[in-house]
Amino acid sequence: MADITLEFEKPIVELEKKLEEWKNLSQSNNIDASDEITALSEKLEHTKKEIYSKMTPWQRVQLARHPQRPYTLDYINEVFTDFLEFHGDRRYRDDAAIVGGFAKLEGQKVMVVGTQKGRDTKENVYRNFGCPHPEGYRKALRLMQMAEKANVPVITFIDTPGAFPGVASEERHIGEAIAVNLREMFDLKVPVICVVIGEGGSGGALGIGVGNKVLIMENSYYSVITPEGCAAILWNDRAYSEKAAKALKLSATDLLGLGIVDGVVTEPLGGAHRDYANAANEIKKSVLSNLKDLQKMSTEQLVEQRYQRFRGIEFFNDGSEV
Amino acid sequence: MALFSNKNQYSTVKGFARQSKKKDIPRGLWEKCKKCSQTLYAKQLEENLNVCPKCGFHKALTAQQRVELLTDKNSFVEIDSDLESVDTLKFEGVASYTDKLAQNQKKTSMKDAVLSGTAKLDGQDYVIAVMDFRFLGASMGAVVGEKITRAIELATAKNLPVVIVTASGGARMYEGMISLMQMAKTSGALKRHANANLPYIVVMTHPTTAGVTASFASLGDLIVAEPGALIGFAGPRVIRDTTQAKLPEGFQTAEFLLEKGLVDKIIPRKNLRNELSLCLEYFQN
Repeated sequence: MADITLEFEKPIVELEKKLEEWKNLSQSNNIDASDEITALSEKLEHTKKEIYSKMTPWQRVQLARHPQRPYTLDYINEVFTDFLEFHGDRRYRDDAAIVGGFAKLEGQKVMVVGTQKGRDTKENVYRNFGCPHPEGYRKALRLMQMAEKANVPVITFIDTPGAFPGVASEERHIGEAIAVNLREMFDLKVPVICVVIGEGGSGGALGIGVGNKVLIMENSYYSVITPEGCAAILWNDRAYSEKAAKALKLSATDLLGLGIVDGVVTEPLGGAHRDYANAANEIKKSVLSNLKDLQKMSTEQLVEQRYQRFRGIEFFNDGSEV
Repeated sequence: MALFSNKNQYSTVKGFARQSKKKDIPRGLWEKCKKCSQTLYAKQLEENLNVCPKCGFHKALTAQQRVELLTDKNSFVEIDSDLESVDTLKFEGVASYTDKLAQNQKKTSMKDAVLSGTAKLDGQDYVIAVMDFRFLGASMGAVVGEKITRAIELATAKNLPVVIVTASGGARMYEGMISLMQMAKTSGALKRHANANLPYIVVMTHPTTAGVTASFASLGDLIVAEPGALIGFAGPRVIRDTTQAKLPEGFQTAEFLLEKGLVDKIIPRKNLRNELSLCLEYFQN
């Protein structure tokens, strides 16, 4: 895979290159460069920790959008077996920006639904850059309600810049499609776990995001508006995106602190794109442990817990404080 | 109440009517219609329910005026009047959120963008919540979401229909993800209201957009709209910039959405009270 380096990762890549050069040199010329190699390796580890532990919200947004980041289907392949993909909303067409179907998680039957980006230009045209039209949300709901019939849990993967802002999208009522999903997901009689694996783009993300548990990967973001959009509105200038990213409190740890998400899934150092298998394994562990807790609950408890989870997001002054 | 001089009797919202009347429409002033530029006598415009007598443009009503229009005299009892937004994120923007809130509270005499309560319309009990666009573009933050949710929950508890008059520029950016979560919260409350087999009527007014469109505004058993109201999820500029597409004539107007099947009926303001009353009557057991 061709490597794509983000600006702030450059020192790491420089060191990696140097280390590689020394290794080649010592091998081809039979020189003992173990001291240099050890020193460089240590420096590399140190630099990685230094850079990745101090990432700004804006840098995390870059990682969340990394073109090599694992997407929904990558995780489906790594985490589940026997994936049976289903298509179409039975009303208009199949929206490739949302995928879904039955799958098995360690042998357990589940329904998995997620937004899907494309890896290259051709696939991105097909996947519409992971921006669903109304029919994507309608397909997602059809599958989630099917899960209820099969009495299997629903797992959703969220990675979208947002619902598609286009004429066709509006003509077929994207707002209504998302709204209906929000309402109906509250009524699902099975456990629902949502995982933000990359970009959590506003209403387009929330449209498959009403879960008993909402998890987020360490380098993902979940925001009411893109930092660029926020900068354009508040500062009249997209150059303020970095400021906006900070102000919006869109990073995993901020969201955990606010109770918007219930858990953060750790990623391999430097981001999920550096180690798909490890990233997938962390998701698997997290989903399984959350599922275990949810499966102890009755149907009524599940529906009630999901309602209270969102109902309890209250941040205001009710006049009772002195 | 002289605000709307026709034969129906309207309720007065405590403290608001006189104050807002003075502020918004000083006596004897002329006002230009935003759409046709016709100069109108302000009092005449007011008597015509803020609808331009020449071109029919529906100028916004304040939440107080809307409640007066849609309720029986003295029947409106406000709920949750104390809820106030807080700057939870300590938002570092151009202006502080706290200052913005204070400015808007002063401008509107409201604590936030929703006025809600129980009321009667032609003797029929119902719960009403009205969004006021003057308050930060009626953007949805925690207070807007909470007041809408509580209104719906009250209707469910009291076995009543709920009517929500929408107008919103979208999310309250200053509240980040707390704002987005209100979409889920309000929709969840509507599920419970629907499960109790109770009617929900939405009146979409100009403009109803973004997160409000993608949650409670699109979930009415009946969705009626005022003529010419802009209704949509993404704004026209965003759509043009993203897709480079030429937008169809009348795109995202109430009339467009009637044709495309989202809106049940477009109701001119002068008929709104009577038609809403009739709608409620049809749901009466």
